[in-house]
Amino acid sequence: MNTTKIWEIMKKEWGEVFKNKIVLFAVAFMPILFTVLPLYILYSTQGGGDIAQAFSAAEEMPSEFAAVCGSLTGSDCTQFFLVSQFIILFLMMPIIIPVTIASYSIVGEKTTRTLEPLLATPLTTLELLAGKAFAAVTPALVVTWLSYIVFMVGTSIIASTAVFLKLLEPVWLLAIFGLGPLLSVAGVSIAVMISSRVNDPRIAEQLSSLVVLPLLALFMGQSFGLVTVNETVIIWIALILLVLDAGMLYFATQLFQRETILTRWK
Amino acid sequence: MTEMIVTNNLSKSFGDNLAVDKLSILIPAGEVFGLLGPNGAGKTTTIRMLSSLIGPTGGEAFVAGFEVGKNDYDIRKNIGILTEAPGMYDRLSAERNLAFFASMYEVKDVPGQIEKYLRMLGLWDRRKEEVGKFSKGMKQKLAIARALLHEPQVLFLDEPTSGLDPEASLLVREFIQELRHAGRTIVICTHNLNEADRLCDRIAVFKSHLLALDSPANLRRQLYGRTVVFHLAEANEKFRGVVEAKEFVQEAKLAEGKLIVTLDDPEIHNPELIRVLVEQGAEIRFVGELRRKLEDVYLHFVNASSNSENNNEHN
Ligand SMILES: Nc1ncnc2c1ncn2[C@@H]1O[C@H](COP(=O)(O)OP(=O)(O)O)[C@@H](O)[C@H]1O
Ligand SMILES: [Mg+2]
Repeated sequence: MNTTKIWEIMKKEWGEVFKNKIVLFAVAFMPILFTVLPLYILYSTQGGGDIAQAFSAAEEMPSEFAAVCGSLTGSDCTQFFLVSQFIILFLMMPIIIPVTIASYSIVGEKTTRTLEPLLATPLTTLELLAGKAFAAVTPALVVTWLSYIVFMVGTSIIASTAVFLKLLEPVWLLAIFGLGPLLSVAGVSIAVMISSRVNDPRIAEQLSSLVVLPLLALFMGQSFGLVTVNETVIIWIALILLVLDAGMLYFATQLFQRETILTRWK
Repeated sequence: MTEMIVTNNLSKSFGDNLAVDKLSILIPAGEVFGLLGPNGAGKTTTIRMLSSLIGPTGGEAFVAGFEVGKNDYDIRKNIGILTEAPGMYDRLSAERNLAFFASMYEVKDVPGQIEKYLRMLGLWDRRKEEVGKFSKGMKQKLAIARALLHEPQVLFLDEPTSGLDPEASLLVREFIQELRHAGRTIVICTHNLNEADRLCDRIAVFKSHLLALDSPANLRRQLYGRTVVFHLAEANEKFRGVVEAKEFVQEAKLAEGKLIVTLDDPEIHNPELIRVLVEQGAEIRFVGELRRKLEDVYLHFVNASSNSENNNEHN
């Protein structure tokens, strides 16, 4: 592995791919939306907004609230319950961003017809894929973590200290710093596998984006009180993803057959 | 070893389509070699195999002493290729495109090499511009620069002037001439016969399999002998008869007041022809050689091969 080449590929990818509007949307607009939205909801339920009052008026909290809130009570609990739903948004970013970047960067190489001259250089398939993968994963994680930090700062201003401290609990830290990278790797491997077979970056992106479906299911499940995203759940997901990632990375490199990609594409 | 490229029964099939059939050629170092053939002849496929982009389905090949399929890294490091579709990253500047590829080729002095070739190809002043805004000719030149950044021993050029206007074609041809003087081994795929004739030391006429292989001059001679034209004050049947009677003359005919003679070796036999003509009373005003166009040679081989294919189908 020649790290200079991998780094050069990453820089080249960024120079190219960030000039694409769809990629820019995924990398810039989506994180802003996903950060501002929860903050806005926090703001509007401040000091017991409508929803909070409705619930605290009731004698008992809904059971799914209690499961999420732990020691929090009253409007704090309501606020935190709402915010907890958005943990899923912070898990979507590290998957959608790399999927978008990787789809455009691999299929883009076919549409600009640079794939052949590139494969003619003394570059190994692994170096090429590593460069593309890091180019996709790095911005995703930087953006996710930045959004998380902005979200925490915002929460510390808008919500009570108790709610803010909740964001520093292991379940959040594990999700953001543990699951995030694992999800990014999953996104990239799927994008690589699909991009090797497809000639339109939009199709590659849309197909690869289906990986967010399990996350959406989790989101729904939590909203309806079917599951509670706690430490145990996060750790289980992380372990499963670790195994899946290893397998998918392996398959992605196996599927990336230089000759097939070069000759099948016209 | 003086052979820079050796192929031995090199073959490639795509399904049942035999794109390259048992190609065996030797290309010495420093030669400019032309692969000449119609569309679909297998020229691009051959170049792709020799650059380790696709693997042969039969036979073997060595480039710069390295075996195709075994030492692919070394082959890629030692060759430069102008691919059929010279892709560039349209959103990056010319300079950044070259810098990227230079780093992939592990070039030591990246800025130096970029400047050298951008200047040689007249693109230095436009190095900061996005390649997407370049004309086809400029992109082609940039792609040639890219193929040379790492100073490869062997250069493959797939249709280097196709789609270019005459002026850009001329520039590219002149540039290839310059490279030739620098002693590089160059393989040019083309169906531009004029280009092959002017640039190449030897030409392989090729359509899946090798049809003919020689220097342009020898190819002409091999096919047609050489043709000498005698301009006579009065060209008549008597003169034609005495000339054709000579055993070294393949053919003699009259056309537009000239006597046209086909023979193997004019330098040896012209004096004798001139002597018998003068003896017979001919007044010789001028003697010249008729140069065949390479196109005729090429069409001869290609047509002969498709005729034999058709015959085979009927049999
Ligand atoms: N990727 C491919 N898949 C299937 N057939 C191919 C492929 N590339 C080339 N061929 C076939 O191989 C033959 C030679 O093609 P090619 O090498 O491109 O010819 P040329 O460069 O001389 O025009 C053609 O019949 C072509 O259809
Ligand atoms: Mg071709």
